[in-house]
Amino acid sequence: MLKLDRKLLRDLVHLRGQAAAIGLVIAAGVATFVMSMCAYKSLEAARARFYSEYLFADVFSSTGRSPNAIIPRLKEITGVAAVDTRLVYDVLLDVPGMSEPATARLISIPDSGQSRLNQVYIARGRMLDPLRTGEVVVSEVFADAHGFVPGDHVRAIINGKIQELSIVGIALSPEYVIQVQPGSILPDDKRFGIFWVSENDLEAAFDMAGAFNSASLRLAYGNQVEETVEVLDRLLKPFGSVGAYTRDEQISHQYLSDELTQLRGMAVLAPAIFLGVAAFLLNIAISRIITQQREQIAALKAFGYSNFEIGAHYFNLVLVITMIGTVVGILVGFVLGDSMVGAYAAFYKFPSLDFTPDWFAVAIAFLMTTVASVVGTFFAVRSAVLLPPAEAMRPEPPPSYQPSLIERLLPRKTLSPEVRMVVRNITRRPVKASFSVLGISMAVAVMILGNFSLDAMNYMMYFQFRLAQRQDLSVTFVEPATESVMYEVQNLDGVLASETIRSVPTRIRFQNRSRRVGVMGVEPDAKLFRLLDADENPVRVPDFGIMLNTKLAKLLGVRIGDLVIVEVLEDKRPTLTMKVAALVEEYSGINAYMNKNRLHEALLESKVASGAFLKVDPNRIDTVFAELERRPGVGSVSIKDAAMKSFEKTVAENLMVMRSFIIVFAGVIAIGVVYNTARISLSERSRDLATMRVVGFTNGEVSIVLLGEIAAFTIAAIPLGWLIGYVLAGAVTAGLDTDNYRIPLVIARGTFVLASLVVIAATVMSAWVVQRRVTELDLIGVLKTRE
Amino acid sequence: MSSATKTTVFRTVDLTKTYQMGEVEVRALRGVNLELVESEFVVLLGASGSGKSTLLNILGGLDTPTSGQVFYLDTDLTASDDRELTRYRRDHVGFVFQFYNLIPSLTARENIELITEIAVSPIDAMDALEIVGLRERANHFPAQLSGGEQQRVAIARAIAKNPQVLLCDEPTGALDVHTGIVVLEAIARINRELGTTTAVITHNASIAQMADRVIALSDGQIASVEMNVSKVNASELQW
Repeated sequence: MLKLDRKLLRDLVHLRGQAAAIGLVIAAGVATFVMSMCAYKSLEAARARFYSEYLFADVFSSTGRSPNAIIPRLKEITGVAAVDTRLVYDVLLDVPGMSEPATARLISIPDSGQSRLNQVYIARGRMLDPLRTGEVVVSEVFADAHGFVPGDHVRAIINGKIQELSIVGIALSPEYVIQVQPGSILPDDKRFGIFWVSENDLEAAFDMAGAFNSASLRLAYGNQVEETVEVLDRLLKPFGSVGAYTRDEQISHQYLSDELTQLRGMAVLAPAIFLGVAAFLLNIAISRIITQQREQIAALKAFGYSNFEIGAHYFNLVLVITMIGTVVGILVGFVLGDSMVGAYAAFYKFPSLDFTPDWFAVAIAFLMTTVASVVGTFFAVRSAVLLPPAEAMRPEPPPSYQPSLIERLLPRKTLSPEVRMVVRNITRRPVKASFSVLGISMAVAVMILGNFSLDAMNYMMYFQFRLAQRQDLSVTFVEPATESVMYEVQNLDGVLASETIRSVPTRIRFQNRSRRVGVMGVEPDAKLFRLLDADENPVRVPDFGIMLNTKLAKLLGVRIGDLVIVEVLEDKRPTLTMKVAALVEEYSGINAYMNKNRLHEALLESKVASGAFLKVDPNRIDTVFAELERRPGVGSVSIKDAAMKSFEKTVAENLMVMRSFIIVFAGVIAIGVVYNTARISLSERSRDLATMRVVGFTNGEVSIVLLGEIAAFTIAAIPLGWLIGYVLAGAVTAGLDTDNYRIPLVIARGTFVLASLVVIAATVMSAWVVQRRVTELDLIGVLKTRE
Repeated sequence: MSSATKTTVFRTVDLTKTYQMGEVEVRALRGVNLELVESEFVVLLGASGSGKSTLLNILGGLDTPTSGQVFYLDTDLTASDDRELTRYRRDHVGFVFQFYNLIPSLTARENIELITEIAVSPIDAMDALEIVGLRERANHFPAQLSGGEQQRVAIARAIAKNPQVLLCDEPTGALDVHTGIVVLEAIARINRELGTTTAVITHNASIAQMADRVIALSDGQIASVEMNVSKVNASELQW
């Protein structure tokens, strides 16, 4: 080994504390990057495999009763490779031990024993025998939530008749990688399941022999999606099509895509923050080493080491720290990625979801960290290279200090000499001081960024489920229910209050943009289902005109007062021109609302309802459930509290894991910055400090000089960190803004406090470690050696 | 020994040097003309601030003059760029500094090998240590050596590359009399046995007695040049 390299290794051992702190910051950034990229690759690979092997469709359409005779026409559509038609019905289940009803989506399996598209993967048990009656294959999450195994039985209320189904298999489908009931934001494994049953059974139960109500198409090439949607709509329009849609609007696919987008975002944001901080830390550490080794550099140059060799020597030092950090980060990233993929397996159901190392990401990680550290230390190393050897021989002139502005503003006696030293040290190198403050504030910001998602989620839940929706149950009817059905439901024993809604599928157009949206007719003076503006104030339902939620308005580029075209996709299919009367705030879905009575008029119908919101006496809720289950018209019942609890449980668990990581990572940044800054102050000032000790200053007084700077940096960094955290959180919410849900930019006071406390704790810890060295100062030794 | 029969190693012409030290401008050299010849042992004598270190640095290719010329053999060092100066130092010059400037993270032997690794025709590091009498301290780190020992390691390091010139800047400045003499003996021995042209800077007039020639510098100019008729052995020096 070259002696210069041996010097490098020994320098590194000498610097181990600082090097470890910097390496950890790099490792944290790399770990997050590698974790996200590997999770991305694993998830995407599993999705691609599942989609292609089990023939996930490209275009979907729900219709009324469509005759099988139309199928050949569907197959003739240009670019269509395969067509699958089937029967799909949502029914209520009567699950033993569960008083509230669950909803099952029944999907038909043809006589051949497997669908042509969106095929079923049998995880356990067997595929149902299509020629046998009463067999069912149940989706895995639902089966697991209830502990169902093949051989168990479950009772479904199919078209008003209770029917006993025999579970023969547990399955997965590319169409339901994540199972979210339409109209809800979140999966509720216990109350929504997919049931595959034989086509014969469904045809018989719903009197649909020779007909279908759901079509899926798989395209030969992906480039004709728009045209196919149009042709399919035209063909199925006479049969009550509510509008075809593509994968982009398919719920399970959307959730997966959102997740992948989030991972990508994390893979960009995390390295940007962590490597930025690491570059800064490397800069101050290497600058200090070069200052300390000024005379060594001079000697090396005097003996003929070239500038290139000197430069390479210090870059190598930087790169060794960087590479160790990177390798550790990659290994940790693999471990975290593996556990993240494990956590995904609970949410997203694939036949196989295996951790796949992303070697490209590993290569990128090396590249990123190398670039960051070389850029971060370039000027410091250059100063070593350019250092004229003769000048380096001479001791450095005393740094020039000036009384700072603060001192000049304050009366002379107010500041003690110690404090004055601190102030002058800071003001002498304002750039370095700013970067230290920025570095610590990044720790605060990372903490805020990591914790705000929970605040936002809590607020979203509060807004949506406490302020806006105040019902206990929402009921949907299979067919629009007549007034008598509504009357019946509203007067069930235990129902305290109720409101009905009428919703229709539509396509809303504005200029060249359009969206498939359910328009909901609501009661003008609603008490249960309320529409709110961003300031949480109820929005009065206007007599005329349509109300859009802000997301839909943004998508369409519509403002209040604009005229939009509403094409109703049901029944008589009227096309209406409506004025946008108001905007409402919602954090999930894209929705439009209007006065229910106006909607009835527009549809030329009497008072009917698609669903109802009920407020129920908690003591009699079980009776209400039992009554609802008995009624054939009731298609689904969703229980607000149950949905909320199930969500909070799963989300809270996952967020807790993420939170602990983030607290650790933020701590790493804070310790990295504070420890390095303090350690360097100590090294720069050990002579001054020792001199002060010799002339009679106490350890405590000397520590003020050393740690006062750190304290000042931390105090300045906290509010700045709040601001940066807020801005980054804003960027994240913008990045996660999807049709399915939006994350409000809400940061609880507790999050700011927690972020500050963690950073203060990290500061105190680092300061304590460095402060101990003040008491160990070798007073005589320090004074004897030449600086 | 007369300069007529020997090759001139260094020749300077009207050297001046002005530099900025913090907020102060220092005029270190104001027109220096001198010649050093092969195998000569020269002492550059002068008080602190007389410009002697600056002169040595310029001779060693560590610094460049503000005006004037320096020749090493036939090479005009003032016309050399940074790369050529580096090459010059690497191949021809051995330095000894007042504060030793050893690399604290390397042992005595490694400090020498650091230089022999890049030299053209070096001698073995252990042999160099032998010359300064420190063979048995080869594996000690600078912090484990006394000041005199550190300086002897520095001398071993300087000569290990087998240089044409040995430039010593106050080699005994940080040492007591006894260790100072040991160090000077080592330098004298190298000059005597290897024939290395040697220039020693000092403010200590006693040391001048061991030189072939004594050049006194004062206020950036040569004040006097004296040949020593009878050289005194380092061991006989007193201060």
